[in-house]
Amino acid sequence: MLLIECPWCGQCEQSEFHYGGEAHLTRATPESDNTELTGFLFLRSNVRGDTAERWFHAAGCRRWFNARRNTVDDRFICTYKPGQNAPQETTDA
Amino acid sequence: MPESTNRTGHALPPGAKTLRFRFNGKTYTGLQGDTLASALLANGIHFVGRSFKYHRPRGIFSAGSEEPNAIVETGTGGYAAPNVRATEVELYDGLEARSQNCWPSLSFDMLGINSLISRFIPAGFYYKTFMWPRSFWLKYEHYIRQSAGMGECPSQPDAEGYEKHHRHCDVLIAGAGPAGLAAALVAGRSGARVILVDEHPYTGGQLNDRRNSPATDNWLQQVTTELAMLPNVSLMLRTTLSGYYDHNFCTLLEKVSDHLPPAERQDCRQRLWKVRAKQVIIASGAFERPLVFADNDRPGIMLASAVRNYINRYGVLPAQQLCVFTNNDSAYQTALDAQATGAQVKVIDLRLKPDTPDANSLPGLAQAAGIQIHWNSAVSAVHGKTQVKGVTVHQLSDDGRNIQGPGIRLDCQCIAASGGWTPNVSLFSQARGKLRFDEEQQHFMPDRGVAINPNISAGACNGRFDLAGCISEGESAAFLTLDALKISASKQPVTQPPADPEDQPVHLAPRILWAVPCDHPIGEGPKKHFHELQNDSTAADIALAAREGFHSVEHLKRYTTTGMGTDQGKTSNVNALALMAEYRRLPIAAVGTTRFRQPYTPVTFGAIAGKDLQNLFAPKRHTAIQPWHDRHGAVMEDAGGWRRPRYYQQYPGESMHDAVQRECAQVRKTAGMVDASTLGKIDIQGKDAAEFLERIYTNRWHTLAVGQCRYGLMLNEQGMVIDDGVTSRIGEHHFHMTTTTGGAARVYQLLEDYRQTEWPELDVYLTSVTEQWSVISLSGPSAEAIMQPLTSQPVNAADFPDMSWQAMDIAGVPARVFRISFSGEAGYEINVPTRYGQAIWEKIWQQGQAFGCVAYGTESIHLLRAEMGFIIVGQDSDGTNTPLDLGMQWIVASDKADFVGKRGLQRNVFSQSNRKQLVGLMPEDASQILPEGAQVVLPGAIQSNDKGIGHVTSGYFSSTLESGFAMAMVAGGRQRKGDTLEVMLLSGETVRVTVTGTRFLDMQPKAAQQEAS
Repeated sequence: MLLIECPWCGQCEQSEFHYGGEAHLTRATPESDNTELTGFLFLRSNVRGDTAERWFHAAGCRRWFNARRNTVDDRFICTYKPGQNAPQETTDA
Repeated sequence: MPESTNRTGHALPPGAKTLRFRFNGKTYTGLQGDTLASALLANGIHFVGRSFKYHRPRGIFSAGSEEPNAIVETGTGGYAAPNVRATEVELYDGLEARSQNCWPSLSFDMLGINSLISRFIPAGFYYKTFMWPRSFWLKYEHYIRQSAGMGECPSQPDAEGYEKHHRHCDVLIAGAGPAGLAAALVAGRSGARVILVDEHPYTGGQLNDRRNSPATDNWLQQVTTELAMLPNVSLMLRTTLSGYYDHNFCTLLEKVSDHLPPAERQDCRQRLWKVRAKQVIIASGAFERPLVFADNDRPGIMLASAVRNYINRYGVLPAQQLCVFTNNDSAYQTALDAQATGAQVKVIDLRLKPDTPDANSLPGLAQAAGIQIHWNSAVSAVHGKTQVKGVTVHQLSDDGRNIQGPGIRLDCQCIAASGGWTPNVSLFSQARGKLRFDEEQQHFMPDRGVAINPNISAGACNGRFDLAGCISEGESAAFLTLDALKISASKQPVTQPPADPEDQPVHLAPRILWAVPCDHPIGEGPKKHFHELQNDSTAADIALAAREGFHSVEHLKRYTTTGMGTDQGKTSNVNALALMAEYRRLPIAAVGTTRFRQPYTPVTFGAIAGKDLQNLFAPKRHTAIQPWHDRHGAVMEDAGGWRRPRYYQQYPGESMHDAVQRECAQVRKTAGMVDASTLGKIDIQGKDAAEFLERIYTNRWHTLAVGQCRYGLMLNEQGMVIDDGVTSRIGEHHFHMTTTTGGAARVYQLLEDYRQTEWPELDVYLTSVTEQWSVISLSGPSAEAIMQPLTSQPVNAADFPDMSWQAMDIAGVPARVFRISFSGEAGYEINVPTRYGQAIWEKIWQQGQAFGCVAYGTESIHLLRAEMGFIIVGQDSDGTNTPLDLGMQWIVASDKADFVGKRGLQRNVFSQSNRKQLVGLMPEDASQILPEGAQVVLPGAIQSNDKGIGHVTSGYFSSTLESGFAMAMVAGGRQRKGDTLEVMLLSGETVRVTVTGTRFLDMQPKAAQQEAS
């Protein structure tokens, strides 16, 4: 069970959180073309390595936030509030 | 009663209490401190079980948790425990144990036939043989299941209690052998919070296997006493680190009272600790590796270290005549200890006789003690089926691949075999650590861990086998750990015990023969070379896997099932990989390893469940009106996490069908009331609240006036319907949203997602108020008459029109009343603060009695709404339906700039006319009730094997319509109105139906309509 750093509450157990999938997707609007729609609805990068993803602190402050995690070794590089850009550090794994 | 023939009189405390126990129906005695295995051996019993596949006789093989063979069932009735290792069962007075995998009895086993036909059931046999013809698999499976499997599920509920606890610590140390003790001492003296666990009831690990080492015993006692005195150290015995999970989350299984007779057990049998450790030190020791030789599975063949363990820990000599078969020095210690206990011992050593034997080496000492050593020799045959009676020993050829010369026969009842040592890397591997193969010592050992699981391996599990080395590794592991924790380490060094004659350094390198030859090539004669005892996997099976291309270790594991038993191949793993490497002519490192998985040893379901059983399994959510429901014959059901009345029995035994028909008829005739408190309710406030709803729902919300209510449909981004409900405007910047009962939490979370992440610029706040309001829905032609006396405000349709809401006092209680209905009748949804729910319900109920008002449940809700053609999201829709599919395009304001799902809906596929569409079905035989989920087919489709074109989503009988009726999703359904289709029943019969619209109430006969109005 992972330990996750909520930007508001600090480190909490994974069981308090819900996973929210890949972060920084651009929501399709009525003006989007089919490629953009497909990208938003169905295509995910499924990275082996550093990835940005969404988490929801469901059993805590009930706020959404983003995290950068290395999918190989599950290291959390950082967590940050929605609307912020992903910090650019990388891991070597 | 048989005498305890094999007791040496050493080891267990003098005067240890004599205990009686039963094994396979016979009574024996053992001593306090015995395990079941040591007590059986003391009684001369080796043969304790049958193997999994071939049902070959099997004996006690090891002395610890790595045991692959001696798996038994203990206890009876509510105390029965299947699949426990006899080597781990502490003996208590009155213990009952039975063998497994044998029928009808251990000595006469019918399935032993598998052993005779074994050449016809190689690895992969089931996959290959029973795949054809496919349709027969179910028949085969029935018989395979009967003959496979281990142990029997207890037939009675577990009589014992279990607990779960959470803990945190700085350092968790697995294993209280020399390395673990040294680490705990350093960390404990430095003030770190330490948990030290060991699966045994005592500390010391393999120090306990020494025959006569008072200095070491003294060291062990001093260290253990000091640890027990340190308040920041928890020494947890009988406790296994069973699972090492991410971010150093570890589960510990503590066997609290398994060692006591049932009558003396506490409330708790086992306790599962969930520990978050900042650092972990793994000091889990090593396993002795078996030798793979001809018929190496016979009862009486044991690990050499296990024999030594039984002699020195329990005072049990497994046999009077003993052959030690080895490829290394360590087994000589077993030979010496057995000889000293009075056994006749001979050694068979695979290695060449050294040119200049070292008198101080273990073989030198053995020779000096008069033990006969057969160098460059192998056991080529084992005599005796249910108990070893002797061995045949041959000289080896120079390359070790063949035997040569005449064989000699040696009598013995036990073979103590040693193929060297394997570090116990299970926990390191669970922690996602990578292993590397050490060519010099010929074993896998920890290489590189992952950052999220900070741990250090120390001692034998790290490939360090000498006592002084284990202690200093434990010490330095603690220093590194304290450093990482930024705790300053105690300056006091761990004193080493004085040198001990039993700590002989190894003088002679092992000779590696992964499979020891016999008088026929391996796999081509009657003798079997087992590398894996629990799942009956042989060297020949690995050769087969190599020939058939199952090269990857993951394929090898599944094809031969090696390492897939409950012991996870603790003793067999390296031999299997090495054999594969040999057959493929690759270095072992290139073959690789599989990962060890949690749990380390099996964990009972009881411990995992803890107290979360029966009434404590899940919280029950009741509405405030539950006591009234209980008094009025409510039959309850689970709905969206709630307990809800399904229907009310007017008299005991009233059927659901009768109750529902009675309830519905009364609602349509006068009035009925239903407890709708479970509806999801979200309070939405903020100056952008209307804009927020505009983007969430498909229809318009800016135009809704204060005091008005509107039905809304919610889509996901794909354009599929996910929820619906009525939302009302409380004030300019204030709305009250309702959701489906089951969708409440999901919708609330989704709204928060959009509010926080997609449209953070909107000024809007969401609060779940589901439990703040009790909701009583009163509907029917007499609803107004029942309602009016309870309030001073007029509630007639003119003053209080449909789809509006008003704040009013109901029987003196402030309420929000919504003029909405899910039944099609005039209705009021009365919301009062939850604490008044039951009181107001009772007031309305009393008022309704003059009109024959009924209380109705979820079944009637469903029937009443279906008569109106109202869908239930999640019943009539399944997450793959657009509003158009459901015939609800009227609610989609496609001229709005945007809403959730708008772009998704524009996909061309959704306008295709052959999509499944919601329609009504009326059976030609009005008495038929169409079951939900039944397939809808074209007439004659069954005869011509055509596929179905849809399915029934809701099916009921309506007294109002005097007919069965159903809603269904049918391909191109709206164009089929008036057509005749068929609905298939499970019985194979079909029912002819006519496709209709879904406003069923409008279809009733004219006369009935007039009567109703």
